[in-house]
Amino acid sequence: MAAHSLSPSLYRLLFAVKYASLHSRCCAVHKKAQYSTIYNPSEKTFEKILIANRGEIACRVIKTCKKMGIKTVAVHSDVDSSAVHAKMADEAVCVGPAPTSKSYLNMDAIMDAIRTTGAQAVHPGYGFLSENKEFAKRLAAEGVTFIGPDTHAIQAMGDKIESKLIAKAAKVNTIPGFDGVVKTAEEAVKIAQDIGYPVMIKASAGGGGKGMRIAWNDEETREGFRFSSQEAASSFGDDRLLIEKYIDNPRHIEIQVLADKHGNALWLNERECSIQRRNQKVVEEAPSTFLDSVTRQAMGEQAVQLAKAVQYSSAGTVEFLVDSKKNFYFLEMNTRLQVEHPITECITGLDLVEQMIRVAKGYRLQHKQEDIPINGWAIESRVYAEDPYKSFGLPSIGRLSQYHEPLNLSNVRVDSGIQEGSDISIYYDPMISKLVTYGATRSEALARMEDALDNYVIRGVTHNIPLLREIITHPRFISGDISTNFLPEVYPDGFKGHQLEADTRRELLASAAALYITAQLRSQRFLGEVEVSGQWDLASPLLPLTINSTHKMLQCLSRDASGNIVLQYLGTSFQVRVLSKLAAELNSYMPEKVPEDTSSILRSPMPGTMVAVSVKPGDTVAEGQEICVIEAMKMQNSLTAVKQAKVKSVHCKPGDTVGEGDLLVELE
Amino acid sequence: FRGKLPQTSLLRDSRWYSVSHLSVKERIDKKRKAALIGGGQKRIDAQHKRGKLTARERVELLLDPDSFVETDMFVEHRCSDFGMEQDRNKFPGDSVVTGRGRINGRLVYVFSQDFTVFGGSLSGAHAQKICKIMDQAMTVGAPVIGLNDSGGARIQEGVESLAGYADIFLRNVMASGVVPQISLIMGPCAGGAVYSPALTDFTFMVKDTSYLFITGPDVVKSVTNEDVTQEELGGAKTHTSVSGVAHHAFENDVEALLNLREFFNFLECHDPSDRLVPSLDTIVPFESTKAYDMLDIIQAIVDEREFFEIMPNYAKNIVVGFARMNGRTVGIVGNQPKVASGCLDINSSVKGARFVRFCDAFNIPIITFVDVPGFLPGTAQEYGGIIRHGAKLLFAFAEATVPKITIITRKAYGGAYDVMSSKHLRGDVNYAWPSAEVAVMGAKGAVQIIFRGKDNQAEAEAEYVEKFANPFPAAVRGFVDDIIEPSTTRRKICRDLDVLASKKQVNPWKKHANIPL
Repeated sequence: MAAHSLSPSLYRLLFAVKYASLHSRCCAVHKKAQYSTIYNPSEKTFEKILIANRGEIACRVIKTCKKMGIKTVAVHSDVDSSAVHAKMADEAVCVGPAPTSKSYLNMDAIMDAIRTTGAQAVHPGYGFLSENKEFAKRLAAEGVTFIGPDTHAIQAMGDKIESKLIAKAAKVNTIPGFDGVVKTAEEAVKIAQDIGYPVMIKASAGGGGKGMRIAWNDEETREGFRFSSQEAASSFGDDRLLIEKYIDNPRHIEIQVLADKHGNALWLNERECSIQRRNQKVVEEAPSTFLDSVTRQAMGEQAVQLAKAVQYSSAGTVEFLVDSKKNFYFLEMNTRLQVEHPITECITGLDLVEQMIRVAKGYRLQHKQEDIPINGWAIESRVYAEDPYKSFGLPSIGRLSQYHEPLNLSNVRVDSGIQEGSDISIYYDPMISKLVTYGATRSEALARMEDALDNYVIRGVTHNIPLLREIITHPRFISGDISTNFLPEVYPDGFKGHQLEADTRRELLASAAALYITAQLRSQRFLGEVEVSGQWDLASPLLPLTINSTHKMLQCLSRDASGNIVLQYLGTSFQVRVLSKLAAELNSYMPEKVPEDTSSILRSPMPGTMVAVSVKPGDTVAEGQEICVIEAMKMQNSLTAVKQAKVKSVHCKPGDTVGEGDLLVELE
Repeated sequence: FRGKLPQTSLLRDSRWYSVSHLSVKERIDKKRKAALIGGGQKRIDAQHKRGKLTARERVELLLDPDSFVETDMFVEHRCSDFGMEQDRNKFPGDSVVTGRGRINGRLVYVFSQDFTVFGGSLSGAHAQKICKIMDQAMTVGAPVIGLNDSGGARIQEGVESLAGYADIFLRNVMASGVVPQISLIMGPCAGGAVYSPALTDFTFMVKDTSYLFITGPDVVKSVTNEDVTQEELGGAKTHTSVSGVAHHAFENDVEALLNLREFFNFLECHDPSDRLVPSLDTIVPFESTKAYDMLDIIQAIVDEREFFEIMPNYAKNIVVGFARMNGRTVGIVGNQPKVASGCLDINSSVKGARFVRFCDAFNIPIITFVDVPGFLPGTAQEYGGIIRHGAKLLFAFAEATVPKITIITRKAYGGAYDVMSSKHLRGDVNYAWPSAEVAVMGAKGAVQIIFRGKDNQAEAEAEYVEKFANPFPAAVRGFVDDIIEPSTTRRKICRDLDVLASKKQVNPWKKHANIPL
């Protein structure tokens, strides 16, 4: 009895000690891995900054503000009222309902928030209003500092056509292409023929991969023109397009620049962002395995030339496409803090947010070009709430029922704006976090990334860790043989998860069996007859184990009484069934149950909003014909018929909000 | 005197004895062999073909290896009519296997009806065997598990079979609240036979192979002219989602038996009792009209997220089931805002009441999570007797003397507030989350009554919300003991359960109470 009452308290004590030591250790590591520059507290700065953003980037900015002793104001939508960024800031102001157009893009409400809180400056983060010249203008009119470049630079670089003209003038390599407004599909075809196929068609106003189409012939050009102009019009309210030479097998390498208001500019080395899906980045690293110092310097110098040409101040990114012969072409300039900025911070030791704030306050840069080092190697994995088995990632939503970041490991940085219990909703970007690992060498950073992914506990939403882990352990990635076509080339039939070999299969089965036995033995423990070694804690989602004297980290995703065990092993989740010999024998008598025939049922593959329903009951659809279009996370997805059939019933209409698995259309 | 006996006679006698002994041993072996094979290999194969296990295979899988101790293997039926007296119609053990064994070391008594012998039909002897183990279970205080797979009464035996049923029913009633009784329906169970499972604490079913009904589809057709299949009339889906007769259904025999083992598990676990649950701070949505899943709260709070839900598909507006807190078994009752706003109606009241009474009978502490907008209005409910049925839940919570801990997560409106294990019904510890609203009704309805005919309804509504849509009115009166941060709920419950372990409370002596049935 005494032993019984003692042990829980002892355990608590041990737990507290463990937790405390972990906590202090990861703080120390953070400082070391992130920033080598020292913040000078005597330098006068802003008293209060409003962060016009949400999620991880808002948290990221608030962290630096806290370090610099600056008070922070968060803005949030009503559903975000208990979000991490709103709780982290000193003040939080609600700026409207959930849809971004009514909250995070609602300039009137944000201007009101600035006035009522008395913020002296605004950090826009990325996305939302970060590259909105109108917003920058309104701030300037009220005497509030915009932490970013001035409106001239935003305007010049925000327009793809104008930015290319400026780049050309600044002697920056540009891609051969047509710089102008394209009015009709036929005009597009003619231009494409002049440039020579393949060509890329995209919206002038859009950033990233939005509104981008690649055409290999006239027909595809017409289609691309139609799609891109529609999407450009709906997403940006600006249907101007740009057609240019499409570079086959390119790498996407970008240069981080930092400039002040006194004409000084630096390049902070490159980031390799070639691993992309649907033109959106998934894994980034700095430096690139591909660049030699000559190319690096040439790219850096051109980037600085461009920055100077537009009197750029603040942090910015000049994106280049690099072909296999190390020819590089200017792609675009992002006049904001980039999502993947942490890897640059890791290798240079600069806190980019701190530098942006300094520059905005009017200070000169502290560094000279020769002060900018490449220390070690940093990798960033974008952990998304999405299903990697559906076209490398379709958004998923849900509540993070369990969530532990792998901060117990050294040289790991996690930038996130969510916590256990947070909702990943259809309203915002489905990014869970940016997982950054750092090492003296690339292989060290990669090995740490493997550990970090294995130790990352995410429950409640589908996530892309299986894909991330496969990418960073793929021989082609390890050897640095990558391009923006990496994913479709490596997984031509789509991502299927980790493929087990004979030995890994044995390891998985042995682990599942060991887990089963541990659970079975524990069930009998109340008798005090069986002693189980405390190696495994069944209450923990992590299962550290030693297989043939190597340490591996598995995760138990679920375990039930019927012997079904789902384990995350090598990133991918595997379902294993463990039965006693007797149960397995008897199980052979159990009938196979036939699952519902789904070929005639169309269910929503993801949560979102119905944009269009193209069929009505009684219609006959051909195999592959579009049935409806769902918009989720700002992406439109067309759902098609899997067989030729007559439409029996339609259960949705445009404008409906649908959940994953909802019945949309029934075929006969 | 013995020594005086002639040598020869002794030898002869001993030879005679040994011969006779051998023949008894042979007979024993033969009988045992026969008992083990039940109705014969052909019928066993037929049973397997239906996707069902035999009575013995089921017992073997349910119990710990080699722990089964069989009783009455040699019992045979005593019917001599219709040719039943012939040797080929006698089966040692008759149509049921009975005995005791252990599940993860815990003693249980089991009977398993053998469909291969006369379709598992219940003879006088069959009933007698079941009664015997039930009596033994009562004397030692161990649970009884029935594995039902029986075509019904042994028609050849007539009233003796009926008497057998009644003997079992009586024991079910006498054992009720004394030892836990569990029925797992693994085949047909029809006619009067259904009342034995109905009297036990929990009835589980196997999908697609088990049926429970008073009268089968043929009789239904001839009496009411309804066309209905066995599955529709009394299958697992019907009873777990429509009638509420069964508490859980499993995919097949193997899964059912493995889950039944799990049901008996008492885990000693290392889930820290003072673990904070930060996710709970954000679970109750910003808008008070928006739903959330009460299971998210329950799973986050209990040990290892393991919750054995009872009746998950019936009256889903209330959630009931077992879990562990710091290793202790607890019963959990929670309104489910996700379904019908978590209101109380006839079905959910009855479901909750029966569960609460089970917990109280077997000394299992009850933890109640409250988010209830009230009782469901409407003629269907009133005509159906919501007053009578709602009273059952009220009765059950009020009479329960086990430790009772209540957490108001959001709404606790009207009479439903009183019912849901409130302080006034001898709740030991009653907490409110900051999102709690304890009031007679929602703001809109209240304002319409208080300010009837006045113009400034919106203003009045805001005033009402300010005054009552928060935990203070209850807290200042001591109707909740504390307003707690949701993330600390687990830690607080575990601590309270430690203290309440020595709770002693008795109701006034009575023959029995008169719950409004």
